[in-house]
Amino acid sequence: MKLFILLLVPFLWAQSPDPYVILDRVDQNMLSTTKILEGKMIVYGKRNTRTITFRSYSEGIDKSFTEYLSPAREAGTKMLKLKDNLWIYSPAADRTIQISGHMLKQSVMGSDMSYEDMMEDRKLKDVYYATVKGEETVDGHACWILELNAKVKEVAYEKMKIWVDQQRYVPLREELYAKSGQLLKRAVFSDVQRFGSRWYPTKINYRDVLKKGKGTDFIVTRLKLDVIIDPYMFTKAALRR
Amino acid sequence: MILVWKLAYKNLIRAGLKTWLNALALSFAFVLIIFYNGMIDGWNMEARQDAVEWDYGYGHLRNAGYDPADPFSIQDGHGILPEPFRKDLTPVLVWQGTIYPQGRMMPVLIKGIEVNQETVKIPSEILKTSTAGYPVLLGRKMAESAGLKKGDPVLLRWRDKNGTFDAVEATVVGIFETNVPFVDGGQLWMSLKTLQEMTGLHDEASFYIANEAYVPEPIDGWTFIDQETLLKPVTDLINAKKYGAAIMYLLLLAIGLLVIFDTQAFAIFRRQKEIGTHIAMGMTKGEVIRMFTAEGAMYSIFAIVLGGLYGTPLFIYLAKNGISFPVSGDTMGIIIAPTIYSVYSAALIVKTFLLLVISATLVSLLATRKIATMNPVEALKGKAL
Repeated sequence: MKLFILLLVPFLWAQSPDPYVILDRVDQNMLSTTKILEGKMIVYGKRNTRTITFRSYSEGIDKSFTEYLSPAREAGTKMLKLKDNLWIYSPAADRTIQISGHMLKQSVMGSDMSYEDMMEDRKLKDVYYATVKGEETVDGHACWILELNAKVKEVAYEKMKIWVDQQRYVPLREELYAKSGQLLKRAVFSDVQRFGSRWYPTKINYRDVLKKGKGTDFIVTRLKLDVIIDPYMFTKAALRR
Repeated sequence: MILVWKLAYKNLIRAGLKTWLNALALSFAFVLIIFYNGMIDGWNMEARQDAVEWDYGYGHLRNAGYDPADPFSIQDGHGILPEPFRKDLTPVLVWQGTIYPQGRMMPVLIKGIEVNQETVKIPSEILKTSTAGYPVLLGRKMAESAGLKKGDPVLLRWRDKNGTFDAVEATVVGIFETNVPFVDGGQLWMSLKTLQEMTGLHDEASFYIANEAYVPEPIDGWTFIDQETLLKPVTDLINAKKYGAAIMYLLLLAIGLLVIFDTQAFAIFRRQKEIGTHIAMGMTKGEVIRMFTAEGAMYSIFAIVLGGLYGTPLFIYLAKNGISFPVSGDTMGIIIAPTIYSVYSAALIVKTFLLLVISATLVSLLATRKIATMNPVEALKGKAL
């Protein structure tokens, strides 16, 4: 009898996995102590497409420093995020400005992502109740569909849906909803690659679904995880360097 | 003195066409000054009236944290005004949102207004009678830029007081015509109660519009801005235009005065024998100077009469029918009606009259100063100059 129960446990877990365990596994996979990422952001506009390359350094979820490398118009622009604060350095004006209030609603370099979206850095399980709503295959990978409903008031999206790859614990799709249930934004993660012991999606398409267009692609061209980053990088002085 | 004026008058009339040409040149300046200032005054009067009727009412009672010129203040610039202080006030809650007309993203300022209000001309009663879920009103300019018309649905997205996104399909239930850009461009009007529910800011407002009966009193956390202070930027802007354009008509006036100066300077050279004769017959040099100066001053009187003859019908026409502008002022962010009706005040006419007479007299005096240095004998011979 005991043997039967022991054999049944993994089967039951497979049938109804703990959503918080899944979120933990996703965090373990996606979050690293430090990260240096080089990539490009492709902004699909109505008339033209812009490609912006950048290099980003981050430590945990509180600290990040991004430098835009091209095109010439954006080259040298730097962005520093320390917890709830965001500063931008513009080389043309040689000034550092803090992005706050109304300005946080503006898009980052004309993309579908706002500064506010960038600022959201709390762990999902801290702000959402999670339930597994079912399973679905995305790009040939079996996924759990996790539905997240806000458990705190101060949250940008009342509801989220995440499709998590059952094998690699990587999100493959994400949908963000308004309080009314209206779908607002959709992120599609693809080109999942292995970096050491982790799986990481190297292409993300982020789209404001209320707006016409193909959204914005974030493509990772180089990724280094758990490397030593000079603490100076996460200071305001580094913006003018 | 009367003799001086009589002689001056006779001299001018005897000069015939030359006098009337000089007077005509000066009359253009006279008519243009009155025309332009009348138009600016008419614009000013209409703009002030429109601003009061559509937005300012008899003053704004603002939440201390709210500054309409600072979008950063919208997030926190609202509060609950204690009930006893709400008499004769219309509440307005301002919030930020985004609309998506035809898949385009447009940031908007959502303004929630009490639907039963009669203080300003925003047609809020339409919101009361509408059966649509989220009825909204747009100004004509906003409707045009968003490509929306009455009855159109539009997706509206905003964040509540906690920062959580919400979105609904709103319905445009009315489009109003206004000359006031700051209640139109980039704005969307809806019921105050609906906006309060949408944002979770129950009973709160960003500012209140006072009606005629409102008596201001100090309220903690709220600041009353009276009508005149609110109107100051409108008046300042129009006055700036007024002074800027003054260059144009002052230039014309300068041309008119130059004509008088030239005429008088030439007259002294040509009429040396006459000047000598007047002095020989007992007139003092001062009296001769006064006579010539009076001639110059009389040019301005003739110019006013002449300008009055052809200008009066024009002014009456413009006051009745106005001047229409092909480009609406609201695209420039200023209050300007499609048709401006000129307003001519007695002060304007008196001021212009005095400006013309005094300047013509002074110019004439400048030209005739040489008489003081003339030798009467040489003048009689016509060789004084």
